[in-house]
Amino acid sequence: MIGGGITKFAKVHPDKDFRLMVKEAYDYAFREIPRFTKDMIDGAVGSYFSDHFTRQLKAASMVQDYLGLCPKPSKRIEGGGATGGLCFQSAWEAVASGRMNCCVAFGFETMSRVNTWKGNEFIALASDTNFDFPVGGFYSGYYAMMVQRHMHEFGTTVEQMAMVSVKNHANALYNPYAQKAKKLTIKQVRESPMVATPLTMEDICTMSDGAAVCLLASEEVAAKVCERPVRIAGVGSGSDAMRMADRPHGKVILLPHEQESDYAQLKYPGVHSFRGGRTAAKLAYQMAGIRNPMEELSFVELHDAYTSSEIQTYEDLGLCKYGEGGRFVESGSPFMPGIDYGMTLPKQGRLPVNPSGGLLACGHPVGATGLMQAVFAFWQLQGTTNQHLGNPTLQVKNARRGLIHSHAGTGTYITVSILEAV
Amino acid sequence: MAEKGTVVLGVDPLVIQDHYEIDYRHSYAEDSPFFVGLSKGKLLGSRCTKCGYVYATPRSHCMECGAPTAWHELPLRGSIHTFTTCHYGGEAFLKETPFTLILVEFDGANTLFLSRLKGIKPEAVRIGLPVAARFAKMPSFKVTDVWFEPADPHPPLPPAP
Repeated sequence: MIGGGITKFAKVHPDKDFRLMVKEAYDYAFREIPRFTKDMIDGAVGSYFSDHFTRQLKAASMVQDYLGLCPKPSKRIEGGGATGGLCFQSAWEAVASGRMNCCVAFGFETMSRVNTWKGNEFIALASDTNFDFPVGGFYSGYYAMMVQRHMHEFGTTVEQMAMVSVKNHANALYNPYAQKAKKLTIKQVRESPMVATPLTMEDICTMSDGAAVCLLASEEVAAKVCERPVRIAGVGSGSDAMRMADRPHGKVILLPHEQESDYAQLKYPGVHSFRGGRTAAKLAYQMAGIRNPMEELSFVELHDAYTSSEIQTYEDLGLCKYGEGGRFVESGSPFMPGIDYGMTLPKQGRLPVNPSGGLLACGHPVGATGLMQAVFAFWQLQGTTNQHLGNPTLQVKNARRGLIHSHAGTGTYITVSILEAV
Repeated sequence: MAEKGTVVLGVDPLVIQDHYEIDYRHSYAEDSPFFVGLSKGKLLGSRCTKCGYVYATPRSHCMECGAPTAWHELPLRGSIHTFTTCHYGGEAFLKETPFTLILVEFDGANTLFLSRLKGIKPEAVRIGLPVAARFAKMPSFKVTDVWFEPADPHPPLPPAP
């Protein structure tokens, strides 16, 4: 990766259409690499989630011509919430296969075009429209059912979930790109309006307008134009059945540092875990040569559409064992060091998760989200967070290797990519 | 029909209201017997003809082994695997809030079924609670023709004739 840019994520950008938002992020991505020129680009992959929000089919073609990239190769990637992560990996594939020396990954979403509840309906169309949607199609309801089962199986508490909200919203106070930065307490998270028991408004990410761009290139091009490129050392992805009701109850897919005896009693994945996420992590770790993620990663940017799914994802990624996600956040491990969150955190900062503020605080303009994570990871690994965010608070010290995780549906497509400082 | 004027929502930038609606010709195709079954008070799942895996939500081929499945009548009683009460929802369902969603477990089935739970206060809902299927008298040929209620205070009604 040789460049990255994002727009500020906001509730609404009526003054900019999706083409102009992407153009802003695209121009930003060029800022630090003056020797890089447009003629070095061999093609592009565009991502946006919903034709319902956009109501402009082939919108990525309009971005392609707006950026002046015609007649170079181009295509659109769509994969629900994981759209951005899939786009990133698709651009990586173009370069890794040798088909292109440089590929642009761009993504956007314009969710403000309908009201929040219509937006929720559009998103719920990404559940089975015969069997799931008509019952009360609402993603927050689906995730609420998952975490009820997680609480039942493992004793996870709503206060542990609220700690994720406190963490990510507080991190975002130092990230000017974030939509919803604020200082919260566990009590405030619990007292905010109930959406779907046990998830409150502050447990759930917001809809957003925004765009993000990543420039990926071969090592040869990177060495020529970029002083501090970042290596994409591993990619993995996984899937699961569209209907949560269809998930099996079998054996855990193990990571190298786990054993079957760790999970003798656990029926997996059920609705409490994401085997697609575990599969994505396993493949990415294999490729990057990671045996113990907790010891070998410097930070994680994961898909926290819900506080509960951040806890579920700690487990899928093997940052802790299945069932220990609640205690993992309670320990303080995924918090940033050096920020006062207003609570006692014995292991604060062992492995910062969502230093950017994640989806909960940055917002979730779906097609841009997975690419936004890549841009934040890129800045972390370059050590340039201070320069891009205007303050050094969120810079992870000596960041060598980061993980980004993008997640669709109720876990139907999930990507994990590993980025390394060079 | 008289042309309606354009609703202008803002002038700088110019924002207008743009309306869109459509009717689909929607076939339930191979899943049709499930929806017809609901109108007869039956809950039909699928049983794999090769490996015997039983799906509480129907599918015509097995996800485990790929063989065709046969229709499998599920018991009309089950228990709550997990639940939530929704206080907000997609626009289509906002007027129905609060409503309770459950995933139902059935004896002899390997997977679950998503439905609504009625006839109980949200605070009384818990995992493991026995529930019984109820069917709409006037079918709408949607999955909502079936819902569940707590089994114990009200023994399950016999299936409609």
